[in-house]
Amino acid sequence: MSHTATSLTITDLACERGARRVFDGLSLSLEGGEALVLTGPNGVGKSSLLRQIAGLVEVSSGSISLAPADEDHPMAARLHYVGHLDALKPAMSVHETARFWADFYGGAADVMPALDAFDLVPLATLPVAYLSAGQKRRLGLSRLLLASRVLWLLDEPTVGLDTASIERLKGLMEAHLEGGGMIMAATHLDLGLAQARHFNLADVARQVTA
Amino acid sequence: MRRAFSAVLMRDLRLATRAGGGGGMAVFFFLIVVTIVPLGIGPDLNLLAMIAPGMLWVGLLLSALLTLDRLFQADFEDGSMDILMMGDLPLEALVAAKAVGHWLTTGLPLVIAAPLLGLLLNLDESAYPPLMLAMLLGSPALSFLGTIGAALTVGVRRGGLLASLLVMPFYIPVLIFGVGAASAATSAMPSGVYGQSLSLLGAVSLVSLVVGPVAAAVALRANLR
Amino acid sequence: MSTLSTSQRLQAFANPTRFMSLSGRILGPMAAVTALLLLSGLYFALLDSPPDYQQGETVRIMYVHVPSAWLAMMGYMIMAGASAIGLIFRHPLADVCAKSAAPIGAAFTFLALVTGSLWGKPMWGTWWVWDARLTSMLILLFLYLGYIALWATIEEPARAARGAAVLALVGALNVPIIHYSVVWWNTLHQPASVFRMGGPTIAASMLTPLMLMALGFTMLFVTLLLVRMRAEILRRRVRGLLLAKADM
Repeated sequence: MSHTATSLTITDLACERGARRVFDGLSLSLEGGEALVLTGPNGVGKSSLLRQIAGLVEVSSGSISLAPADEDHPMAARLHYVGHLDALKPAMSVHETARFWADFYGGAADVMPALDAFDLVPLATLPVAYLSAGQKRRLGLSRLLLASRVLWLLDEPTVGLDTASIERLKGLMEAHLEGGGMIMAATHLDLGLAQARHFNLADVARQVTA
Repeated sequence: MRRAFSAVLMRDLRLATRAGGGGGMAVFFFLIVVTIVPLGIGPDLNLLAMIAPGMLWVGLLLSALLTLDRLFQADFEDGSMDILMMGDLPLEALVAAKAVGHWLTTGLPLVIAAPLLGLLLNLDESAYPPLMLAMLLGSPALSFLGTIGAALTVGVRRGGLLASLLVMPFYIPVLIFGVGAASAATSAMPSGVYGQSLSLLGAVSLVSLVVGPVAAAVALRANLR
Repeated sequence: MSTLSTSQRLQAFANPTRFMSLSGRILGPMAAVTALLLLSGLYFALLDSPPDYQQGETVRIMYVHVPSAWLAMMGYMIMAGASAIGLIFRHPLADVCAKSAAPIGAAFTFLALVTGSLWGKPMWGTWWVWDARLTSMLILLFLYLGYIALWATIEEPARAARGAAVLALVGALNVPIIHYSVVWWNTLHQPASVFRMGGPTIAASMLTPLMLMALGFTMLFVTLLLVRMRAEILRRRVRGLLLAKADM
């Protein structure tokens, strides 16, 4: 799939969580091939922003758009969101889990390449219940490769990963960007992406209170 | 889209039948509820035969209610709901897939278990076919209407109990027409009652097939965003 | 699992390992004895014993019903006893034994219920009567099912064993109380018991097949218990291997 002329545009976005205004007047844009790292202290709204883009949190005012326009798919179906929870079922095996996601997304016919990218092939037949926290995280991240979607939203993707896995994830993110994809990540750790732009959400929040 | 629908359905069936999925729990509960009745009111077989259709329906309703919190709560807690809401599959279709899975793993086994429990309550022999037919027609409504209660209480602490309170009134027509069909066969009722209650029961089920997923999808959107 | 030291692991496996080799050797002979007892018992029960002067041929159901009912209760006793040993002495085999006994006991309880119902049909004209014995048997089935469901719900065997043992012991304390309450409930509604069987008045021609069948069923229970225990131990080893694989 070609990702040329793709972009994410956020205009004048506001977010309210339980009567509290988290941020207001947030505008930013992201071009194909670009990565944006959201920074800022806890509670500044990094997770809320990612969930808003994913359609999981209501947009109080402002707009989010993903170009080029696609009538056939809702916006949420054109991006990947990896949050704090891995969305795994202990009773299902690693392979069954990946198979389900691929079928649900209408994605890859063969899930093994995605599992291999996160070094999960030796564990494919194991029930998820037997995995360690890091292995579960890797399985959660394998969703990114099970269906090709232009925008990746990653909320603290490196939590629980060892250095080798972080390297692996970094390589996959670079490949995604090279293919014209976009990445927006909220993280406290440096992901080590050379070309990543940084965006401190605290700056927007300060404007609100000022 | 059909692929996503069947993927969700197959996953729910698989999870329900795996260890800890609680697939057999509803049938077990049904059995206990029906057993408690004679212990409460006495072993008089004539009396039991008279109340059997009603008791079986009440037992079926309670057992179906018991498993409602399984519909969305677990998926909400482990983050699966986020992903399920982000596919090409419309939320209404997602709810329908889950309702079908719920019916196949609780409603259908309960209907199959009902004749056995009819033996315990000395149900009249002529009442078996109409009772089974009525339960087969009415039980999908229990799953589809149940999605509304489950969707309204997703993320709420002790939501299972609240969902039961919310949904029980919706179940009342199913109960009334269902019992009507079974007792029309045993007691002296006007001749048209049997056919009438079955068609009304079918109508309630058909309406619930639409109302359930639509209302549940609205509730899920309001609740989770 | 990974918190155990190597010596602890070895100690925990020493007994099951010895059990595996021992049970593997006696399983064949035991199955042969069981088959012999059941075949001879069935021969006497079905062919070489007189029909009852009152019940006719249906009395032959008794040769299956009575041993099943007896094993249903013995199964629960074994389960509760093993649970107590598991809880007090932390013996790994005791937990395995309790878990393995439950489905067999439940199966015999179900068999006792079905045969009781079949036996009752010509006597009562209906498949089920809320007789004190049958009702107690049904509640015993619930106790078994609850126990099995609890095992199925908790993934970690050590934790499941503890909880299930408590349930089995409370259940064992409750069984006499439940039985007494059901009998009391029953006499309240119908003074004379309809369902009478066994007792010292039984004819010798019926006693031989009954004893043979009871013995055969008991042997069958023990043989099945051994098979299930072996399967359970192997299942845990597989689980351990899989967990070790995830550790790598």
